[in-house]
Amino acid sequence: MSRRQSYDGVVVTAPFSTPYERYSTQTAHYWLARALKGTLDAAGLRKEGIDGLSVASFTLFPDSPVGLSQHLGVTLRWLDSIPMGGASGVVALRRAARAVQAGDAEIVACVAGDTNHIDSFRKLLSSFSRFAMDAAYPYGYGGPNSMFALLTDRYMQEYGATREDFGRIAVAQRENALRNPNALMKRPLSLEDYLEARPISDPIALFDCVMPCAGAEAFLVMSEEEAVKRGLPFARIAGTIERHNAFPDDPIQLRGGWALDVEDLWSMAGMKPADMDLVQTYDDYPVISVMQFEDLGFCSKGEAPAFLRDRDLTVTGDLPHNTSGGQLSAGQAGAAGGFLGMVEALRQVTRTAGPTQVADAKNALVSGFGMINYDRGLCSGAAILTGESA
Amino acid sequence: MTDPLARPPKKNPQKVQTVPVLPPSFRSRAAMGLTAAAAEGRFKLQHCAECGTVQYPPRDACVSCLGLELLWKDTDPVGELIADTIVHTSPNLYFRRQAPWRCGTVRLSAGPSIFCHVHGDCVKGSEVRLLSRLDRAGQGVLIAIPKETTPNMADDPELRELGADPKHRRVLITDGRQPGAPALAKALLDAGAMTVFVGEGETWRPYPERSALEKMDGVNLMPLDLTDTSSVVELAGEIGGKVDILINNARFMRPGGVLARGDTAFARDEMEVNYLGLMRLAQAFGPGMKARGADGINNAAAWVNILSINAIANDPAYGSFNASQAAALSLAQSLRAELRPGGVKVMTVFCGPTDDDWYQDVPPPKLLPGAIARSVVQGLRDGVEDVLCGDVAKDYAERWRQDPRVLERELAGDVG
Repeated sequence: MSRRQSYDGVVVTAPFSTPYERYSTQTAHYWLARALKGTLDAAGLRKEGIDGLSVASFTLFPDSPVGLSQHLGVTLRWLDSIPMGGASGVVALRRAARAVQAGDAEIVACVAGDTNHIDSFRKLLSSFSRFAMDAAYPYGYGGPNSMFALLTDRYMQEYGATREDFGRIAVAQRENALRNPNALMKRPLSLEDYLEARPISDPIALFDCVMPCAGAEAFLVMSEEEAVKRGLPFARIAGTIERHNAFPDDPIQLRGGWALDVEDLWSMAGMKPADMDLVQTYDDYPVISVMQFEDLGFCSKGEAPAFLRDRDLTVTGDLPHNTSGGQLSAGQAGAAGGFLGMVEALRQVTRTAGPTQVADAKNALVSGFGMINYDRGLCSGAAILTGESA
Repeated sequence: MTDPLARPPKKNPQKVQTVPVLPPSFRSRAAMGLTAAAAEGRFKLQHCAECGTVQYPPRDACVSCLGLELLWKDTDPVGELIADTIVHTSPNLYFRRQAPWRCGTVRLSAGPSIFCHVHGDCVKGSEVRLLSRLDRAGQGVLIAIPKETTPNMADDPELRELGADPKHRRVLITDGRQPGAPALAKALLDAGAMTVFVGEGETWRPYPERSALEKMDGVNLMPLDLTDTSSVVELAGEIGGKVDILINNARFMRPGGVLARGDTAFARDEMEVNYLGLMRLAQAFGPGMKARGADGINNAAAWVNILSINAIANDPAYGSFNASQAAALSLAQSLRAELRPGGVKVMTVFCGPTDDDWYQDVPPPKLLPGAIARSVVQGLRDGVEDVLCGDVAKDYAERWRQDPRVLERELAGDVG
């Protein structure tokens, strides 16, 4: 049994998402400022009201979050930088929650965002990591597409999954995205469209890939007392896990760090997968969502395709999944991709999700995955958010 | 099975020249170990001196025990291809042009999983062999090939891109008067070279190799005097646009070091041919080759210098000649860096004493022309930077690696 302590007394509130833009002439600073302003406005706070800031961004260079504090004119007694891409939402949340719980900060704003210039994606790739530079890019330069193509290929060989299995996930998410006015993808997607799409890196085709874009996401972490005082709808944190570089000896990635910590997650929350009203997985590629359902205990290894085949993953379905459309259909705004599920889940359990609202949503699982350093994603994390009963 | 490579059509002069672009070339310092091994055509990976773990990608510490002494050692290249993909699209201009491009994950028997290029004949789930090769950017990369040889294996587009195979390429051998010239021309033609141009100086002066060269189908004798700038420039004007592989085999040598000679006359001749001759050739042919690095199947691919192994350590019996070889070797390093943007490789074939009049005093083993020709062709196929031709060259290179100063004394006869 682990020694993890509860997050009693700490809550998450004031979810905010900027609209996403395919290409932006603005900078990361602009997008982060816009999201910070949005979350503060949602809470009725001025920037002087926060004393903690957590930042996740790939395109702030040459600044760090330190530079951003002066840029945005915020005086802080707690400052964090989360260079963990798709895991940044969960990691930002758990660190901020502990800081508030310990009294190191009163109110922490967690923001993530990136700009996307015409050449940003290529530049980001070219300086992403040393192992990528030495051992990935010289081989076809497919970027993450080719690495995930290999995982998908291996997963299909090992467990008999088909492209249709992955396609159903993408199709359901597109249906959800059509309800989300901020989503980049506005046209319906059929399974046929998915299967016939232009090949990118076999077996990955166009609709397995996210659309890089500009945008930002934010939320606040504060004491429950503070949230009640301000009359803010909030969510509690029932449990969280985080893991880096799990299973390094696996010859190819078919599982993530969740598999090491999943028991802790559910026992900390005192819940089980069936208690979740919705699930937000990190969907940089459908195979990764499939892995998360398995590693987070919804079904056993290799069985997610069958498990998902019998379920409706749309907002009105029996297992609402990536309700804002996920990155596959809403877009991947750099590090904000790691916040997308968290902010949407927060809206869901506080029943402020508007057009994507899942009826009576109370418990949500949010999962993160990030950083393809070489041949696999190294960071994984998950959190369970719970709202008040309706 | 690989489709045999078709002979390329004649170049259409009205079409825009395809500009050479390179695969990503930046590497960490640790990763240069792979490049250094590929330059010699050896498959080496990092081994921890302390615990023996074999690791990849290259690191600065052992992934198993944090040991800091990491050695690049020859490694068993056999593994299983456990996943593969065909990359259809890339933000990188080189791979955009090359697409579709096959890559995959090989689980090596020695331990690590390796993401690498994959030969078209490799079967997923089967055993493959990894080769270490230099890519167009001159950096070390790994490619999986079938464990057993398959028909037309060398014609696989990925493997061909990592070498400078003479097949369907046009070659210039700069000096027909060298005793080894006919064997070299024949070996290249046998390897599928489309045309072999052979330079000859002082054409009025007969030489025994001429009749052999004349008889070969595909050989074109061209006037070329490396000591005369205008002669070199003239030939480059005539055939510079269709030299895909240039092999500089010219050599002027006389025995003796510094004190055995009363003047600098021979030293000047040695430098004139062996060093300045290379410089003239490079200035006349280099820019054109650099620009034609992406010219399809018969693109400019390699520059070869045939030098004495004593370029790396001087044997005073031929001290002055060896100094010119050292100068040429140094210049070739510069040329390598300067041709790299065009994707053209520079290779040195290091020879021990050759079996000819100039080395008559030297005991065997000595190199026959056929051995040099085979080394050149194999080196081109493998796309390496250094070829050690014969036992003497290999022996000196090994001694040099162990301690250059000891080798210097050995060559001077001071070691019993």
